[in-house]
Amino acid sequence: MLTLETLVLSQDDFRLCADWSVGAGDRVALIGPSGAGKSTLLMALAGFIAPVQGRILWQGEDLAQVAPGARPLTILFQDQNLFPHLTLAQNLGLGLSPTLRLTPAQTAQIDTALGRVGLAGMGARKPGQLSGGQQGRAALARALLRARPVLLLDEPFAALGPALKAEMLELLDEVATATGAAVLMVTHDPNDAKRFADKTVLVADGRALAPQDTADLFANPPQALRDYLGQ
Amino acid sequence: MASRALPLSPAHGLSIAIAALILGSAAMVAARAESFALAPADWQAVRFTLLQASLSAAISSLLAIPVARALFRRRFAGRGVLIRLMAAPFVLPVVVAVMGLLTVFGRGGPVNAALAGLGLPEVSIFGLHGIVLANVFFNMPLATRMLLHGWQSIPSERFRLAQSLGLPPSAQFRHLEAPMLRAQVPGIFAVILLICLASFAIALMLGGGPKASTLELAIYQSLRFEFDLGRAALLAAVQFTLCAAITLAAAGLTLPQGFGAGLGRTMQIAVPTGWRRGADGLAIALAALFLFAPLLAVVIKGLPGMLALPNGVWPAVVRSVSVAALSAVLATAVALVLATGAARSKSRSIELAAMLPLAASALVLGTGLFLMVRPFVTPETVALPITVLVNATLTLPYLFRLLLPEARQVQTDYGRLTASLGLPRRTVLRFVTLPRLARPLGYGAGLAAALSMGDLGVIALFAGDGGATLPLFVQHLIGAYRLQQAAAVSLILVAVSFALFLGFDRLGSHYADA
Repeated sequence: MLTLETLVLSQDDFRLCADWSVGAGDRVALIGPSGAGKSTLLMALAGFIAPVQGRILWQGEDLAQVAPGARPLTILFQDQNLFPHLTLAQNLGLGLSPTLRLTPAQTAQIDTALGRVGLAGMGARKPGQLSGGQQGRAALARALLRARPVLLLDEPFAALGPALKAEMLELLDEVATATGAAVLMVTHDPNDAKRFADKTVLVADGRALAPQDTADLFANPPQALRDYLGQ
Repeated sequence: MASRALPLSPAHGLSIAIAALILGSAAMVAARAESFALAPADWQAVRFTLLQASLSAAISSLLAIPVARALFRRRFAGRGVLIRLMAAPFVLPVVVAVMGLLTVFGRGGPVNAALAGLGLPEVSIFGLHGIVLANVFFNMPLATRMLLHGWQSIPSERFRLAQSLGLPPSAQFRHLEAPMLRAQVPGIFAVILLICLASFAIALMLGGGPKASTLELAIYQSLRFEFDLGRAALLAAVQFTLCAAITLAAAGLTLPQGFGAGLGRTMQIAVPTGWRRGADGLAIALAALFLFAPLLAVVIKGLPGMLALPNGVWPAVVRSVSVAALSAVLATAVALVLATGAARSKSRSIELAAMLPLAASALVLGTGLFLMVRPFVTPETVALPITVLVNATLTLPYLFRLLLPEARQVQTDYGRLTASLGLPRRTVLRFVTLPRLARPLGYGAGLAAALSMGDLGVIALFAGDGGATLPLFVQHLIGAYRLQQAAAVSLILVAVSFALFLGFDRLGSHYADA
């Protein structure tokens, strides 16, 4: 269980509070106006921003002193998820062995992962030779290999078309199911939340509200969500 | 990022060692200076030093802008060779380059012949304008290559975006190129200013007399001819203070670069046509002529002497190559550790330490080390190790300047990703830093090797008979008026240092493209 315990994040005059938990296997969408702090919250969970108050707990253990790479999570950024000068196989390999000394079994694992995201046989390509959707797939394949219990996504599919995005969400669903990971996904598209997430966190007015049932939330939107949706 | 208390990092450890070396030398000369009262001639030297250095740095930086831009956006046969050769004057041993400039711009040279043909008065290469001319010859190409790196660091996606928005060249300049120039030019100006403050061989050959004497020249003269160790030490202290003040001022100049990452796609950038094409061509042609005419002159003068090389050339070659390769590897490794350390660190202490050697000229450092080792060993016996150390130290700031923006870029683009993947430092170095920095690393190592190859500062203070490196060997030949042989050995010197430079530079490009 990932717990945000009376968490307060602050940067300059920006401030965000959160106090809730996410259970294993939960699918949570973070939605809200831009600048509300959705990405900032993710960066704090990933260990790039220290909370000014409160704690982030994993299975009851404080993550404050845990380095980003040692945290029980994988994060997909908006971009720059792949090293452009390394091949896909190497990019994925970094998720298995930080020294890239791969055993034959690990190499086979990489091939399998590439196959599962529809990139079979593309291990020798470099990211620049791929489309945006394929790059997203490769990043998901690495998340699959890392198999951390929490998966954070910072709008990694925002630039993709509706059909492609639907495909990626399906793939994300598969990856999350395969690894049993809890997913926290930042999005600005209510349809993403409805399609993918059972629960939704509304981030607005300096607060990240506790996850609520997505269908309920959109059926009875609070004022902040109505403002955001333009209703 | 959540900060964790770390033990002393390698970058900080190296910073302290460098500071100890530089400040120790400075303390040594300051302690040896007998009085701190400057004579009028010394003040004149201070003024002249500042004047020639700032003129040289301004002219070099300004001229480099159109040349670098033309080289960046035009493709023509020989472009790659020209860019590589752009490194030649800076790494050319001063003795050799000045010989070339004298042949072209001196009395009876083609420039004065042309002026006479047009009925114009003859120009003299001696004095302020000669010194500035030589400094620009040495530093304009350096500025061009540094700016070219800057232009190449603008992601091509940005140019594509600008073109898709239909931005005219002027708007492209304002939004893409001007921010890059604002970030790069102050640093480049400062580097050249400091080079020019510390170069004494040019002033030795083209200046002289009380009106055109730099501080470095004055140190050399009081040390070698007047044997006035006290005055030499005082002048060295003044030189150090001057350079240190300017180094500190320059440290606040550079602005961080705000460009995001590009995916490293190679794409053809459409270039402006019309008059801009002609202007670019002219900039490239003039720069090439200015740079290669003097080099050609040295070749023509030196070739006949190749048939009768003096004894002792080859041992000197071996000594020079060993010194150059060792100091290049040392300087590059240290610069890499410092640049990646500085890119990670928020404080500027590492950056300051890396730039500190700019405050110490070869003669200041050499004099300080000479005073330090003399009580313990005969200076002759440690001539080569000390030359390696001093050459590596003096080239460090250039390497650091080359590497820092790129190291910062790597940190900005991939710092979070490497952290989120939990990659250990060794992996980041091997799979991220080295491949991304291969090009500037290769270029920097080549630069360091060639600079060390041509150095004639420290070795002159330390070497005894039979321990000469190639530049010292050439100087001895010139001193003995064996000019034909001097020119021939110069050619060998140039060929070997150029081969070293190309070797390292190619190695970097090869690794980057792999």
